Amino acid sequence: MAVLHSAPKFASNEGVVDALSAALGSMLVSAKEEHGEVVLTIARDQIENALRLLRDEHEYQALMEMAGVDFPSRPERFEVVYMLLSLTKNHRLLVKVNAAENTPVPTVTTLWPNAGWLEREVFDMYGVIFAGNPDLRRILTDYGFEGHPFRKDFPLTGYVELRYSEEDKRVVYEPVKLAQDLRQFDFMSPWEGAEYVLPGDEKAEGDKV
Amino acid sequence: MSMQLEESPTTEGEVVSNYTINFGPQHPAAHGVLRMVMELDGEVIERIDPHVGLLHRGTEKLIEHKTYLQALPYFDRLDYCSPLGMEHSYVLAVEKLLNVEVPLRAQYLRVLFAELTRICNHMLNMGSHVMDVGAMTPNLWLFEIREDCLNFFERASGARMHSAWFRPGGVHQDVPLKLLTDIADWLDTRLPELFEDAMSLVVDNRIFKQRNVDIALVSKEDAVAWGFSGPMIRAAGIPWDIRKSQPYDVYDRMDFEIPVGTNSDCYDRFMVRVEEVRQSARIMKQCLAEMPEGPICSDDRKVSPPKRGEMKSSMESLIHHFKLYTEGFHVPAGEVYVATESPKGEFGVYLVSDGSNKPYRCKIRPTAFSHLQAMDFMCKGHMLPDATAILGAIDVVFGECDR
Repeated sequence: MAVLHSAPKFASNEGVVDALSAALGSMLVSAKEEHGEVVLTIARDQIENALRLLRDEHEYQALMEMAGVDFPSRPERFEVVYMLLSLTKNHRLLVKVNAAENTPVPTVTTLWPNAGWLEREVFDMYGVIFAGNPDLRRILTDYGFEGHPFRKDFPLTGYVELRYSEEDKRVVYEPVKLAQDLRQFDFMSPWEGAEYVLPGDEKAEGDKV
Repeated sequence: MSMQLEESPTTEGEVVSNYTINFGPQHPAAHGVLRMVMELDGEVIERIDPHVGLLHRGTEKLIEHKTYLQALPYFDRLDYCSPLGMEHSYVLAVEKLLNVEVPLRAQYLRVLFAELTRICNHMLNMGSHVMDVGAMTPNLWLFEIREDCLNFFERASGARMHSAWFRPGGVHQDVPLKLLTDIADWLDTRLPELFEDAMSLVVDNRIFKQRNVDIALVSKEDAVAWGFSGPMIRAAGIPWDIRKSQPYDVYDRMDFEIPVGTNSDCYDRFMVRVEEVRQSARIMKQCLAEMPEGPICSDDRKVSPPKRGEMKSSMESLIHHFKLYTEGFHVPAGEVYVATESPKGEFGVYLVSDGSNKPYRCKIRPTAFSHLQAMDFMCKGHMLPDATAILGAIDVVFGECDR
């Protein structure tokens, strides 16, 4: 497909997937190139070795960012994505691992010092545990916060709200009270496969009398 | 200082141990809401633990519940000192997934205003950096330039700060010719006059140099390992600029230099920004000279809305308009990571689409996160007042850092 967009143009992806697949060998689970991005999925327990290999042998010197993504329907619901940058090859790479709530991901703070906060953020937002991170505290949420807010099953409004209490002379947490329901409009076109439950639909699904 | 420890009236011979103080969260030099727990040995910093997240608003979660177009204004509110720089990464990420072509005039307009944003951002940062180390006047003078920039934004988009002017497929509205000529006049007269005046007070100032030279030295290797970007990595002597190495929009047509530092201290970081302002003015002049006439938004009606006039006469346009502003456009499934050179450094957007009209996941890479994380390593062994100079040279804005 011809490239029409004007997004940042880094070095060509040609041959990168093949070269890195050969180098990573059995550590690699899958590799693909889509929308101009090279995405490598790595076996979870091998992530540190794989990233070390990419950093030391393939010139991906910098870890620019880490992201968590939640897919609740999968058996291992979380994806942790590492965005690598090669300053010398002028190339970017997305490296992924899959994880569940109870399967720790090996830390990469041993490779990059800035991985510390990035891992803390993924832990805070999704509850992915990083084995070996020396300082795995929450980072963005409040002191004493409970839950992991970016999970898909965490409501947008949250569970608690904060207000200043004149009686107690301090801020207090209370359960969220909404004066009006949170309005979630669904504008998906009904002609293009959106799921609607209209009154009376249950009669078609239920047992026939 | 002449008093011996054993005869000090306050310690009575006791050995003074390290003590811990709180810097912020409401400290004018913290550039927003930053709490730093500092462990001090006298006036020397032993350890810093920055606590961020006091301005966390859950932007990324909110974006998951909005259509692609409704999500755009959230980006203005991230780094509210350089709103258009934030929008730029997002619209490019959406366009990369859609693979939509942007007309040339729109690309020129985006680059022009992205560079105006850079000037606007650096005015605020340099002014506050100078004020953090004790000077008052340059800040006031630089704010005059910033005011001019905000007036230009207002004339283009109607809003001084939260423009929401870049759109997937182009920009929202064309600019009047008078605005472009006024910007050209401003670049020729007012900007160099005010800017060079203010800089003449600072760059060779003895006090300013005493407070900044040789503060927070970072080697090239450390700068890469800590994920530095923008003026922070350039001050370390690495000529890395995404505008040059991974050009987007029409940056590959622009002729500009990348300033780099030699000593990698706070003074170099400041001076890199000074030169970047001059280079930005140079890019803007080229944009104004070369900008072609033509459409300012993609003519793909499944992405960008039709003109008002068309809507009044064409049923199809009316339907397109209605669908775009209710359901919004659908983006093909996939994932991209798009990073641009925002005034503060690499600002990235990792966008995951499931093929619907809302982003499945939108991870924002703030520039300040990696820089602030290195505070402990940069401040170690420096004096307490140096912390404010180091913080000023990082250029943090908490709307962006905490998201």
